[in-house]
Amino acid sequence: MNEHDIERLERRLGMSRRDFMKFFAGLAATMGLSSFAAEAMAEAVAVQRKRPVVIWLHGQECTGPSETLLRAEHPTLERLLLDMISLDYHQTLDTGAGHQVEAAKEASMAANKGQYLLVVEGSIPTKDGGIYCKIANKTMLEHTKEAAENAAAIIAFGSCASWGGVQSSGPNPTEAKGVHEILPGKTVVNLPGCPPNPYNFLATVMHFLTFGKLPALDAQGRPLFAYGRLIHENCYRRPHFDAGRFAEEFGDEGHKQGYCLYKLGCKGPETYANCSVIEFNDISGGTWPIGVGHPCFGCAEKGVGFTKPLFSLADVKTHTPPAMFPEISQRQGSSGVGTGAALLTGAVVGAVVGATAMAAKKLNSTGDSDKQG
Amino acid sequence: MSAYKPLGSRIVTPPFIALGVIAAIGFFFLAMRFIYGMGSVTNLNGAHAWGIWVVYDVVVGTAFACGGYALAITVYVLNKGKYHPLIRPALLASLLGYALGGLGAFFDMGRWWQFYNILLPWNWNFNSVMLEVGLCVLTYILVLVIEFSPAVLEHFGAKKLLAVLNKMLFFFIAIGVLLPTMHQSSLGSLLIAMGYKVNPLWQTWQLQPLLALLTALCMGFSIVVFEGSFATAGLRRPSETPLLKGLGMAIVGLLGAFLAVRFITLLVQGKLGLLFAFDFASFMFLVETVLFVVPLVILLSPKRRENGGQLLIAAVSMLLGGALYRFDAFLITFAPGVGYSYFPSVPEIMVTVGLIAFEIMAYLVLVKLFPVMHDAGHEA
Repeated sequence: MNEHDIERLERRLGMSRRDFMKFFAGLAATMGLSSFAAEAMAEAVAVQRKRPVVIWLHGQECTGPSETLLRAEHPTLERLLLDMISLDYHQTLDTGAGHQVEAAKEASMAANKGQYLLVVEGSIPTKDGGIYCKIANKTMLEHTKEAAENAAAIIAFGSCASWGGVQSSGPNPTEAKGVHEILPGKTVVNLPGCPPNPYNFLATVMHFLTFGKLPALDAQGRPLFAYGRLIHENCYRRPHFDAGRFAEEFGDEGHKQGYCLYKLGCKGPETYANCSVIEFNDISGGTWPIGVGHPCFGCAEKGVGFTKPLFSLADVKTHTPPAMFPEISQRQGSSGVGTGAALLTGAVVGAVVGATAMAAKKLNSTGDSDKQG
Repeated sequence: MSAYKPLGSRIVTPPFIALGVIAAIGFFFLAMRFIYGMGSVTNLNGAHAWGIWVVYDVVVGTAFACGGYALAITVYVLNKGKYHPLIRPALLASLLGYALGGLGAFFDMGRWWQFYNILLPWNWNFNSVMLEVGLCVLTYILVLVIEFSPAVLEHFGAKKLLAVLNKMLFFFIAIGVLLPTMHQSSLGSLLIAMGYKVNPLWQTWQLQPLLALLTALCMGFSIVVFEGSFATAGLRRPSETPLLKGLGMAIVGLLGAFLAVRFITLLVQGKLGLLFAFDFASFMFLVETVLFVVPLVILLSPKRRENGGQLLIAAVSMLLGGALYRFDAFLITFAPGVGYSYFPSVPEIMVTVGLIAFEIMAYLVLVKLFPVMHDAGHEA
């Protein structure tokens, strides 16, 4: 990055170099990468002559993932989408409409063949040829397959796109599916969550732009940096779980004390996500479900969120809590040395010293004669 | 076949019965601990999570059990075969000591039913010193069993198995030297992890592992002298002083190195002044130093070294010094927070004493039944 780049960048983004670097340091930290990676990512954005093209599709959903990006503060949505990447198609944000915007999409996909990033939010109905979700007279199924054909990378953003979400549970009348299910053989990055965390999305995109490849994924296509551990593992209420302190019902003494919500049906022990680490909305102070006293409902985990009853006990992936806990009482200022204990200690030390003296005496009296044994 | 013979004398003797009574009291309180929980038996509290069960049974006890380790280095690494007659009793004592350490760690565990998790690799935390100590001690107990097994196999006349074992034994001996080096130094690393809770006179930071290893070796050699002397005095065995005095020289070197490292560290870290604070810690440090200097003085003189009684006094002083060094660092001057104090309760002490009594009983039974002690004469 030279002076010119930085000047241009400051003008383009309307943010100081310092803010810009702080943002990338934060992103790198989210992924557990070093400050070198932060620099590399900053450079990728700063020096990039042509902004990377993004095609964004919506299926069956509530626009939650787009909404969640609105809550990202660094950068804000408009700065990311208008200045850092080139968002060529996004149904809720596009200014244009109708044939005009569809034509723009086709043109962009043709011009950036093999280079654009495809983001999908929302599940894809597959029943009856996918007719239950149509855009511009084409089914979502067709749109997705078509756009995926020449995409450089595909990101399924939100639980719906990742594994079907709320539409896929219950009777599932439209046979809603996640993106990877209709694109067999293609690598799809899944970023589940309802809503998903915007920083996991930003971090994944920046990783791709910087290093030209996707971050390491787990068996379900989720980035390990964000979904490698259970919410439970890094939960700030975890010590209560380990010590057997549980809220038994809403508003009881344990609930007021901030005890573990496991017995209220918290699904943290079976949900892989980093909510407990990065929380939501950039204001910290416990702004996430468990932080405000409600059990996690497992929105990010297939087979848990929208499937298991809200207040049923989680299937703990690590260790289930024992039925009985040992009492851990704080004996601050405990009585100290007991008379009996002191006597006993003295007796033990005395016995060792005494026995040694006796043996030494015996050895001295017999030692020389026994030398040849 | 082998120059090792079982003692064959009567097992149930008055001292044996006395030990049995002590052991029974210990086991009674141990049962209480499992029925009514740790709180009913121990004086442990929120800040002092480790009492004598860990500090004696594991930290000090395994150092007492370093005889097998120290002799294995001497005999197999330094190739001083003349000490070979001492190795089986030393290995037996090591095995019993380490088994006690492992057992101690187990019953000191608040939630002992989760113990099996240490064997599941996907639960391992590679940044944990305790994991290293735990796994290493566990493995070493198994290695000690294998190292000691020739004595048992000889007894039962399993010649074929013995031949196979003898071919592979060098491998286990090598591991038996490696493992204690690892976990004995890790016991020092535990103190690093405890940071400022450890009194500055004992907190030597990066040198903790070295100091722990040096004391472990010193105590290992001392315990061999100790056992040899007591076997002579108590079991009417021929004197082993001619052999033991050689080990005395090893202690001198290691102990000298230990004291040098310790005092130079205090000097470099600017802590020498603390020695003259004349508070409780400096007093304990002084007691320790005296216990370390006594063996140095005795063993440096060739004349005193020849004397079995003096040799034993030196060894016991060394053992007490080494034990006190660890007790001081882990427990006596350990300051986990304002307002907390800890001194073991009577039942707690009785569990430890009872287990030591049991250990001695096991030792006596095994040397009387199995070929552990070397046949008279050390010319071999």
